[in-house]
Amino acid sequence: MATQKLTISLKAQINAIIPRYVEPRSAVMPALHLIQDEFGYISREAMEEVATILGLTPVQVYEIASFYHQFHTKPIGCHHLQVCINVSCMLLGAENIVSQLEQSLNIESGQTTADGRFTLSAVQCLGSCDTAPVMQINNQAYCEHLTGQRVEEILQRLREAPMGHRPEAFAGAQKDQREFTVAK
Amino acid sequence: MFEQTLLKNINTENYHQLEVYRTGGGYAGLRKALNEYQPDQLIQLVKDSQLRGRGGAGFSTGVKWSFIPKDSVLPTYLCCNADESEPGTFKDRLLIEKDPHGLIEGIAISCYAIGAKIAYIYIRFEFIYGTRILQQAIDECYAQGLLGKNILGSGFDLEVIIHRGAGAYICGEETALLESLEGYRGQPRLKPPFPAISGLYASPTIINNVETLACIPHIVLRGAQWFSDIGSPKGPGPRLYCLSGMINKPGVYELPTGIPLRELVEEHGGGAPNGKKIKAVIPGGVSAPMFAEKDLDIAMDFDALAAAGSMFGSAGVIVMDEDSCIVKVTLSMLEFFHIESCGKCTPCREGLGWVLKLLRRIEAGAGKHGDAQELDRLGEAIFGNCFCALGDGAIMALRGALGNFRDEFDYHIAKGHCPFKTESIVLHRTRATG
Repeated sequence: MATQKLTISLKAQINAIIPRYVEPRSAVMPALHLIQDEFGYISREAMEEVATILGLTPVQVYEIASFYHQFHTKPIGCHHLQVCINVSCMLLGAENIVSQLEQSLNIESGQTTADGRFTLSAVQCLGSCDTAPVMQINNQAYCEHLTGQRVEEILQRLREAPMGHRPEAFAGAQKDQREFTVAK
Repeated sequence: MFEQTLLKNINTENYHQLEVYRTGGGYAGLRKALNEYQPDQLIQLVKDSQLRGRGGAGFSTGVKWSFIPKDSVLPTYLCCNADESEPGTFKDRLLIEKDPHGLIEGIAISCYAIGAKIAYIYIRFEFIYGTRILQQAIDECYAQGLLGKNILGSGFDLEVIIHRGAGAYICGEETALLESLEGYRGQPRLKPPFPAISGLYASPTIINNVETLACIPHIVLRGAQWFSDIGSPKGPGPRLYCLSGMINKPGVYELPTGIPLRELVEEHGGGAPNGKKIKAVIPGGVSAPMFAEKDLDIAMDFDALAAAGSMFGSAGVIVMDEDSCIVKVTLSMLEFFHIESCGKCTPCREGLGWVLKLLRRIEAGAGKHGDAQELDRLGEAIFGNCFCALGDGAIMALRGALGNFRDEFDYHIAKGHCPFKTESIVLHRTRATG
């Protein structure tokens, strides 16, 4: 497992977030998002560094990382397939999608393929019930109206894709460069 | 004749861009609010409109705003609740992705009304695309003097900051949202004090839903009377209904409050696919107890739905047809509530686990005589004893199913299989965690 030493750039990005809040502690979630975007998951040493930056104890960072479903404290696959199994998707056959992926990838949901390419998760409502069944891959736009054939096509494309460690890290809101300090 | 308001321009090309939004009259509401209204007058205007919250609880927006203390030395905050996670709900995502400036304009007017200089938009993690669109829109506003210092030359300052969630349904509960925003686990706070008195950083805070805020510019431009004349007298206005499940035309529909649920699903939604009959409908997200088909003539109105033992909630309407297994739907809902329980209080954390074990067993065909009664007993032990509405919502959902479709539970228990499908399912799949 590679070490997660926060780069100067990453530390600078975290520090730039702090002034957006009255309390530095509020920056813990944005900081963890930045780290996960960079490394794919959040290691113990990264949490310790975040704690130092924000003036918290390591456990105060760990309790955040462990509470929220979307923070990963262990490495996950390069392509994280998250299939919604809530009511509307379930009514429209989400179980078949999950079963198909489990068979095709030869893993159960919650597991990662031996080559580290895929992690499969059954997740709760993604908020796209009108286009059920729905799946989200990493931080990308939703794959909607899933059918067996579409799932196979998606898997084929992902199998051929290069295995970067996080090829599509989200470069968006948290990298907003505006500088301002909130009135305290 | 009802005229679309919130979705009027939703299909206009590039409507998410400031220039296009302004061409269509955008930010005229903000200009009018800043030029023609004192903050107190705006609060009165929103009170007069009788706008009620679109997130779930349906509380009067103007009344909520008026709870902000007038003499507070602490800053006031606005939090926009964009953590849309109630299963069956996908209206806020549409507004954010297609009409982000409508939301920002609503936020700006609301902040002016309540005296807030900082607004946080708490957006759910999965809305990656929406977050990007919203951030671009915010950046455009700063560049054009619509956010930041001295907005439109009025002397009013406002910072709008996006805060991304990380996958927790409970953060849609307003005090859990505040905890999360402060950098804690998303667990609800005891009320009172209510957030309007002591919210974010122990300061006066208003938390409003995306759709609620998106109504504000229209109320400013067209008046309280215009708004209160639409739909139900005691909860008026346009409403975004989300239709999904076994329905021919799923999607977001803007219609007045008060329309009959039957009209919504049969006429607008086109009924169930393949000529099947509708069996049941959830009217307001999974926390709102389902109605059997015979009860669909009810008005989609806050008070009428509450009187019938359900709720308007988030207007997430999920349709089940005659082949849908209610036991399986109930299991799916309870899996959800159990996973999303924050763990703070015992009735919800432990109780829902017991409920779930029984439901899994019944659904798998291994239910025992008395299991349905045991579900009733657990419901009584949990309902009303939870720290927040999550556990109660789970039991309401359970009771809606047990009350209307007891025979399906009894059939599963007596016969050991599902009358709708022979195979048993395993819904308790897991997500990658750790």
